[in-house]
Amino acid sequence: MKRSWIVPVVAALVLLALPPVLSPYLHDLVVKIAIYAVFALSLELLVGVTGLVSLGHAAFLGIGAYVTVLASGDSGGSIARILPLAVLAAAGYALFVGALSLRTKGVYFIMVTLAFAQMAYFVFHDTKLAGGSDGLFLYVKPTLVTLSLDDKRTMYYAVMLALVVTYALLALLQRSRFGHALAGIRVNEQRMRAAGYPTFRYKLAAFVIAGALAGLAGFLLAVKDGAVNPELLSWHESGAVLLMLILGGIGHLRGAVIGAIAFTLLKELFQLEALLGPLASHWQLTLGLTIIAFVALLPKGLIGLRRRFAAGAVHG
Amino acid sequence: MAGGCAALLFDGLRLTQADSYRIAAVDLATFLVQCLNAVQYGLLLFLVASGLTLIFGIMGVINLAHGSFYMIGAYLAFALAPYFGDWFVTQLIVGVLLAAAFGYLLEWAFFSFLYQREHLQQVLMTYALILVFEEVRSLLVGNDVHGVQAPPWLAGGFRLGELMSYPWYRVFASVACVVVAIGLYWVVNRTRLGMMIRAGASNRDMARGLGLNIRLLYRIVFAGGVALAALAGMIAAPLSSVYPGMGGSVLIICFVVVVIGGIGSITGALIASLLVGVVDTFGKVFFAEYSGVGVYLLMAVILVWRPEGLMKRAY
Repeated sequence: MKRSWIVPVVAALVLLALPPVLSPYLHDLVVKIAIYAVFALSLELLVGVTGLVSLGHAAFLGIGAYVTVLASGDSGGSIARILPLAVLAAAGYALFVGALSLRTKGVYFIMVTLAFAQMAYFVFHDTKLAGGSDGLFLYVKPTLVTLSLDDKRTMYYAVMLALVVTYALLALLQRSRFGHALAGIRVNEQRMRAAGYPTFRYKLAAFVIAGALAGLAGFLLAVKDGAVNPELLSWHESGAVLLMLILGGIGHLRGAVIGAIAFTLLKELFQLEALLGPLASHWQLTLGLTIIAFVALLPKGLIGLRRRFAAGAVHG
Repeated sequence: MAGGCAALLFDGLRLTQADSYRIAAVDLATFLVQCLNAVQYGLLLFLVASGLTLIFGIMGVINLAHGSFYMIGAYLAFALAPYFGDWFVTQLIVGVLLAAAFGYLLEWAFFSFLYQREHLQQVLMTYALILVFEEVRSLLVGNDVHGVQAPPWLAGGFRLGELMSYPWYRVFASVACVVVAIGLYWVVNRTRLGMMIRAGASNRDMARGLGLNIRLLYRIVFAGGVALAALAGMIAAPLSSVYPGMGGSVLIICFVVVVIGGIGSITGALIASLLVGVVDTFGKVFFAEYSGVGVYLLMAVILVWRPEGLMKRAY
């Protein structure tokens, strides 16, 4: 347990030194994985820490992304203005959704968060507010003094910084009184309430923080892709991020990161024509079958797999 | 409101008294047509949502793949139509039987080991099933939009007012849904199977303790839910045409219906379906651009008022 910081620190150092040797494709892939890791971490705060299974988390990602593009307009702008706007917009919608959906529990909560995400999806998809179903382009990427996110190397380090900050923030939060209260709510909300904790407010705070961090991921995603469309808010995206968590193993921050890596790599793998031939264009079929096998055989995620091997080594 | 607008528009053209009467009549007819559409849409939703709410209420499974069964039903109608032609009702029955058999097998293969697991695992499994169903559909039928013809004996419509007519097929769809709804009510409330279903829903462990074959019951309920969703899809196919992704939108709306109605309640699902049908249809008439949002606002309002839905587990 004492050396648990070694792996993340080594991984961070490797990632810092990596850009010069990466091909453009791998460079892009690493950035994409890191952004999804931020997104998955934000959901882990709800699912793993607080025990709230949300199936509408993509709404906050999408809103962060859309606000980034809308606030940039035709002439771009400063990160110092656009990033807070994107995060606040996502947090604001999270406050609205959380205030209503946290009145419900369990399965209801799953369905209600899904429905509210879908509501946001329809706002962007059906109205002329933001380009309708085609979405919008981000013409000029945000800048900060002399740095521009248009530069690939700058973008890489910005995304890594975001990932480290998110991870550290959540790790600290888990160790704080607030984090312990959230864990208590996950285990037994009734008892926490009896102990005098205003559990609704705690859950709402967690929901808003998670929404804000998803907004951060949305900001990064919009800048990386240079475009947004309503599919960012679709429930496929919400399902995918939940899948990352389960793939990695719920209940550990590492699990979210591992899950983001595994899911993105699997998706890339299944889309490789060289490997799967004509099936590559039907990659969702292979992905779906893999998930089914995964649910049937590995209920505890990839982290559980390692534990199982470790346990086997000790006992065998 | 629409009447007032029309009167204003036509004011400049110097209407005679008779003309303005006619406009009022057209408006009334439009209103009637929209009402019929709302009810028909609501009833169709009910078929899908009742299966969803039953599967959840009794088996405790969140079935994200339920929309796919609707999609499968619609494609089944597209595939079967050439063989049956005029024999539309026979086609529906054959389709329902096929869907029920499919549901029975599916429960056995993919769901039977999931009941002891967390909801999250079920969400994941059914999410994966959606991906698989959509891709298999794409492999078998392709990604084109297909039209399905209504049977010849239901072509045409009856007149409503001077200018409007209402298609017979939509009338047939509504009547068929009502018949199925009554049948469902009868099965759940008046038969031995229904008694077992209610027992399983109210206390699973006690029902098992009393010697009920819960596994078989689950399988039957699941097969029934699949059959209902597929039937809705088959009925909807001539109305909406058949297209990729048609299951997804229905699924989400059905979630809204189930949340509004209260999980596990068939009566609640019926009331909520009709409510959603009315809000959606008239939303499209009055606020075309924002119509997609109306249903979710309805849900938000109901959640503030009654967090557990209109009917909390009562049938």
